[in-house]
Amino acid sequence: MLYARRRLRNTIMMGLCVAAAGFGLLWLLVILGELVWKGTAGLSISVFTEMTPPPGDAGGLLNPIVGSLLMTGLAVLIGAPVGVLAGTYMAEYGRHTRLTGVVRFINDILLSAPSIIVGLFVYEVLVVTMGHFSGIAGVMALALIVLPVVVRTTEDMLLLVPDALREAGTAIGAPRWVVIRHVAYRAARAGITTGVLLAIARISGETAPLLFTALNNQFFSVNLGAPIASLPVTIFQFALSPYEEWQQLAWTGALIITFAVLALSIVARVLAGRGESR
Amino acid sequence: MTDIAAGEGAQSDGRQASLRRFALSDAAFRNTTRAAALLVLLSLAGVAVSLVNGSLLAFSTFGFEFLVSESWNPVKEKFGALAPIYGTVATSLIAMLIAVPVGVGIAIFLTELCPRPLRRPIGIAVELLAGIPSIIYGIWGLFVFAPFLQRTLQPFLISTFSHVPGLSSLFAGPPYGIGILTAGLILAIMVLPFITSICRDVFASVPPVLKESAYGLGLTTWEVTSRVVLPYTRVAVVGAVMLALGRALGETMAVTFVIGNAHRITASILAPGTTISAAIANEFTEATGDLYTSSLIALGLVLFVITFIVLAIARLMLARLRTKAGR
Repeated sequence: MLYARRRLRNTIMMGLCVAAAGFGLLWLLVILGELVWKGTAGLSISVFTEMTPPPGDAGGLLNPIVGSLLMTGLAVLIGAPVGVLAGTYMAEYGRHTRLTGVVRFINDILLSAPSIIVGLFVYEVLVVTMGHFSGIAGVMALALIVLPVVVRTTEDMLLLVPDALREAGTAIGAPRWVVIRHVAYRAARAGITTGVLLAIARISGETAPLLFTALNNQFFSVNLGAPIASLPVTIFQFALSPYEEWQQLAWTGALIITFAVLALSIVARVLAGRGESR
Repeated sequence: MTDIAAGEGAQSDGRQASLRRFALSDAAFRNTTRAAALLVLLSLAGVAVSLVNGSLLAFSTFGFEFLVSESWNPVKEKFGALAPIYGTVATSLIAMLIAVPVGVGIAIFLTELCPRPLRRPIGIAVELLAGIPSIIYGIWGLFVFAPFLQRTLQPFLISTFSHVPGLSSLFAGPPYGIGILTAGLILAIMVLPFITSICRDVFASVPPVLKESAYGLGLTTWEVTSRVVLPYTRVAVVGAVMLALGRALGETMAVTFVIGNAHRITASILAPGTTISAAIANEFTEATGDLYTSSLIALGLVLFVITFIVLAIARLMLARLRTKAGR
């Protein structure tokens, strides 16, 4: 009797867990399916070769794509080296210092802080002082989002490097920084690269920090001193517009971003997997 | 003899020089890395200082009134944060009510029930989904999910609860499609992968010996989960939930599309509302006048303080499990 009741309760609860998995995965599949369905409808070569159109016209997404690539690239060039260095301090020089503990805590908070707050900060610091919206402000906002991601993975990956390797380096007379650069970095290279790729994936879809830093631009521009179009902000603007052509372009842009992000995450995962198996 | 001595002297001079060079370059590298670490601290401090600085005008004009006033009138320049704060809390609560049980359920499914060959693919799929940009959820919510709710769930809720006292005002009104409930549901779908992937890692950290001994006593899978796995990982699961809550509170794009941007508090969760982040995203570039801009930055400061507290608690709780596991 008791046994039957326990069995029944187990069946019910486990059934609920299976249902939860089915339910959750169903929604995520629905979203992806819809995205592919609506996005591919507008996918053509002109999306990559033409400028964003005025309302009611056909056109493409060339200027936002270029703007996004440019800002993402620069943001990584700024954010990733700083992040790697900070992670190096935390895992190598200052492994047991109080500073490292504080930085780790603050970095974890930055990691999940709302990105719109970062946008406000950069607005206050750069846009207000420069007097206008600009691409460089967008780059700085994105770099600030890259930073904590890279710091976190770099520290984690360097801590995985066995200390015996470092000791061996030191034993043959190499100074600390040579050991770090030629032994620790080399051993953790796959992991650190993964972190950078994940950071790129993270910022390539970020919209909120760009809304009032890089703003948007209807025309082709790579001038960092002026507003620059970006894919996410263009999607935001076009999706909320009443024009059908713009809405279609928004879906197509969303599909492009999703594919880029998924591809980056998969490459990062493969790299990390290879690092682990060694 | 003297030649050799001289040679040795020269050699040790060279040695001294290169040792000095090593020490110098090492110090340089060490200080560069330390400066980078300090920069992380500075950036958070910079965020805090600039938000406080930017919101001074709003707080000095409205004082404490800013936090408890519902009015948001750009024409008369009268601003209060209560409606966006309410919207932020309400949407996040709805999201958590749905996402926590489902997310934990999926994690239990993945660690205890799922056939082994499927575990990795489903786990990876969940983690990939956690990385999908929020604007995707937003555009889907606007074009697909909101119209769907307007046709199906919302009329159903309105007609079902129209004669139930209390609940009738909670589910009152014409079905707009967009609104607090829709935003909450989209947030739920969005934070689901976060909760699942952290909980799965946490459940996997339970020592197999504990589970095996419980199974050995004849416990069912559910009993092992609820009496061994969950108690062992309780603190970290709460941490995961807080982390997801932090995401939900600060989420901008998924919400902005479907919240309706109405600065008012209504009893009905079907009505349009606004959240802190949606208000900033919608109005910031169009804000005219210093007071308007400053009020929006003050909203940002409120959000920053709320999420800082939530995230700090989350990190402390997650760290506690790590200490327990001896890592």
